[in-house]
Amino acid sequence: MYTPHTERDIREMLEAIGVSSLEELLRVPAAVALKAELDIVPALPEYQLARRFEHFARKNTGADAISFLGAGAYRHYAPPAIASLAMRGEFLTAYTPYQAEVSQGYLQAIYEWQSYICLLTGMDIANASVYDGATALAEGSIMAINANGRRKLLVSRAVDPNYRAVLKTYCDGLDVEIDEIAVRADGTTDLDALEAAVASRTYAAVALQSPNFFGAVDGLSPSARDAVEASGTVPITVVSEALSLAALATPASWGAQIVVGEAQSFGVALAYGGPYVGFIASTEEHMRRIPGRLVGKSVDKEGRPAYVLTLQAREQHIRRERATSNICTNQAHCALIATMYLSLMGKTGLRDVAALNLERSREAATAVSSIEGIDLKFTAPFFNEFVIDVHQDTAPVLAALKARGILGGVDLGRFYPEYATCILVAATELTTTADIAALAASLQEVVHVHAHAR
Amino acid sequence: MSTLTPDSTQPLIFELGQEGRANRYVETGKPLDAFLPSSLLRSELPLPDNSELDVVRHFTKLSQRTFGIDLGFYPLGSCTMKYNPRVNDAMASLPQFRDLHPYAPDDMAQGALQVMYELERNLASLFGMAAFSLNPSAGAHAELAALLIAKKYYKERGEIRRDKVIVPDTAHGTNPASAAMCGFKVISLPSDERGRVSVEEIKKVLGPDTAVCMMTNPNTLGLFEDHIHEITAAVHAAGGLMYYDGANANAIMGNVRPGDMGFDLMHLNLHKTFTIPHGGGGAGHGPIGVAAHLVDYLPTPLVVATPKSNGDAMGSPSDRLTFALDFDRPKSIGPMRSFWSNFAHAVRALAYIYSNGAEGLAKVSQLAVLNANYVRVKVAEFLEAPYPEICRHEFVVSAQTLKKATGVRALDIAKALLDHGMMAPTVYFPLLVPECLMIEPTETESKETLDRFVEVLRGIVQTAQSDPQQLFDAPVTTVVGRVDETRAARQPNLRWEAQRG
Repeated sequence: MYTPHTERDIREMLEAIGVSSLEELLRVPAAVALKAELDIVPALPEYQLARRFEHFARKNTGADAISFLGAGAYRHYAPPAIASLAMRGEFLTAYTPYQAEVSQGYLQAIYEWQSYICLLTGMDIANASVYDGATALAEGSIMAINANGRRKLLVSRAVDPNYRAVLKTYCDGLDVEIDEIAVRADGTTDLDALEAAVASRTYAAVALQSPNFFGAVDGLSPSARDAVEASGTVPITVVSEALSLAALATPASWGAQIVVGEAQSFGVALAYGGPYVGFIASTEEHMRRIPGRLVGKSVDKEGRPAYVLTLQAREQHIRRERATSNICTNQAHCALIATMYLSLMGKTGLRDVAALNLERSREAATAVSSIEGIDLKFTAPFFNEFVIDVHQDTAPVLAALKARGILGGVDLGRFYPEYATCILVAATELTTTADIAALAASLQEVVHVHAHAR
Repeated sequence: MSTLTPDSTQPLIFELGQEGRANRYVETGKPLDAFLPSSLLRSELPLPDNSELDVVRHFTKLSQRTFGIDLGFYPLGSCTMKYNPRVNDAMASLPQFRDLHPYAPDDMAQGALQVMYELERNLASLFGMAAFSLNPSAGAHAELAALLIAKKYYKERGEIRRDKVIVPDTAHGTNPASAAMCGFKVISLPSDERGRVSVEEIKKVLGPDTAVCMMTNPNTLGLFEDHIHEITAAVHAAGGLMYYDGANANAIMGNVRPGDMGFDLMHLNLHKTFTIPHGGGGAGHGPIGVAAHLVDYLPTPLVVATPKSNGDAMGSPSDRLTFALDFDRPKSIGPMRSFWSNFAHAVRALAYIYSNGAEGLAKVSQLAVLNANYVRVKVAEFLEAPYPEICRHEFVVSAQTLKKATGVRALDIAKALLDHGMMAPTVYFPLLVPECLMIEPTETESKETLDRFVEVLRGIVQTAQSDPQQLFDAPVTTVVGRVDETRAARQPNLRWEAQRG
């Protein structure tokens, strides 16, 4: 129970308060008294509690399988130094650093995180984090809506379907419409359609993802960039595989004004979907529209460098219904982990990890696409994820792989009826040559069997 | 410079290291242009290379410049800074939780789904709701989900005129901000002289345009809204919905339930009441609960259970079920986030429930209220108590009289506490109490800690009368003194840049 009270403590404290019992302290009108017996799990001593959770954990057999799952959450190596540092109680048990004098360490770490995100994306400023990649897209879109007052958004269908679903949830509240741009046969966004759409000058923002949901490197061509700029539409780039930022041309280089994304790849555990860490970066002109916490560098009264939460006039606890967002909690601890990851890896390590992701995913793509009956769906260059077409229902294929201890990828038909025979396959630095061989051998058997069955 | 006292400055990570000082976590990769045309690649990557030891020292030093619950008393009102049990972290770190991909098939994620199912069922019972969705990431995120639910609910009923959200002046700032994000107009309701929402006042603003009334009980003054059942009845009679902001749930857990008070929607901050570490401002976890008529609108996915033909060895009721994620919920407002929940936190919260059981959780709230009242009566000896009556888990005092007499403000008291190895209370909130200090001791603090806090605070008030300058100068024992916030806002420096140095 973690409460230190002895019977004597309780007695003395009740006496000091001037009441006779705990019940008297918690008395409520009869009309609102407990109306049912509580149905709660039994209290367990700590060693039995641990057994119970180990029992739960053992049922997660998916954690031990050979995995080619990606699609917005990636398996990467995290040096143990991260856990050892991040689990220090000073970091773990601190609140939002309102009292700057006793929070300099955490504030500095967040300032370093903001700086890392700026350096990686090529943007001018970044916030102290938001919940995750999907909510970063929603909040980034609201920034654009607040910038130009338009009430429609244009989003590529190659943006992560979960992000688009969350964006729709938010837009239903804001009464903002979303239109989608089609995907070309090569797996990238149809920029001709994009140029034609923005010419209406009715869209607050246009959002593209790179690498996009299919793993393909996507983005605005010079001509599309000109069309977007001329139309007064805010270009937003979505990055759901943050590791790609170590290798690919920055979103800034093709004109993004707002970059939103997910930094789970930087040392944050998969943990069945969370907590992860979203980021929002932008050009300086959007500084006062950015949601969430911002840490700034200032000085203390002796003139010593000091960090502090700043530009708080944007925030809900000051401005209430006129705030830029309702965000209060951010993902500070995950941002801290990502900052540690980036610091440990460094420029050299990050480049190496990115190169290994490029290499292993190409090995996997080559091995799999050389199997008869399987093709690569798209031709555009990819980062660490690609789409295969098995030319048959994917469910039995993935089930047969699963029976062989392999999670072969994400069934694309789940999100795109037009790609019902396709699977999204990811390979990272943790994917071994043996894993790739096992996938290829199993697919050979499975797809072969099904081809005969037809 | 002392070896054990932190210096006033620690260089930025960008100012340390040498290019090429790499740690060998992975093999050396080939040049990137072996895989992609150089037109798609970035030309430079301006990040520092540091040795592991230098990185470990850097972040260890940053930790020494950060105050957490593990270092001392943290009476930050409305934030419930209680002890975060280590067993919860150990359970969340079990490899088969940590390494499970969100797209792992349901039949290979049964343990994770069981954790989510048990947590959801326990919260529903504990707070008297029909069901919870674990989807929202934090309290404000769940508030947004709740207002989206209200908006959709009224739209489907053809009641589109309902566009007003009533928010008492004691409410958290997130309440009106969340309402604005759904296009609702906010009506702010003043508290009465007892610090409560008055039934008469709320009746004046209720009408056919009422959508939702957002309340927390106990409210942010730490007072129980003792007419809550009349308020919920009045709002329901006007056709509105009642929303319970669960930020203060540590005051009621296992003793009284929002469902029994008549609330239709609610959220919990598992990072407050259920001991998830705040981690410097997040990640949190904010499940949303609803009464039966709103279950279909909950954000997706939900965990659903079906009976197994043969239960397994442990024999607990949930061991006899099979679990699945349910995305196919046509009336749902949709998902609020990329993936299903802040799952690692669901593990922590459920572990905490197992540590306590029903009786233990009820006792937690009772002792939180005991601690708050104990500190309240002692502090009332030397600071103004605007609401001198039994409080719940927190209470407010005012430094208004002290300020008039000495010039010492709530902020100065807060800063002075830092010099005594204690976190400051929440200051200047709620807004209706001038020079407000909002104190929430939590149940995990011992009587000795509370006694010491009271004596330190008493000493500060005495110093205010004898030597106020000492308080204006505080803190003096911290690595930096008061920070120039005006400069931070007027000349924003939000990132390191090479040329800035």
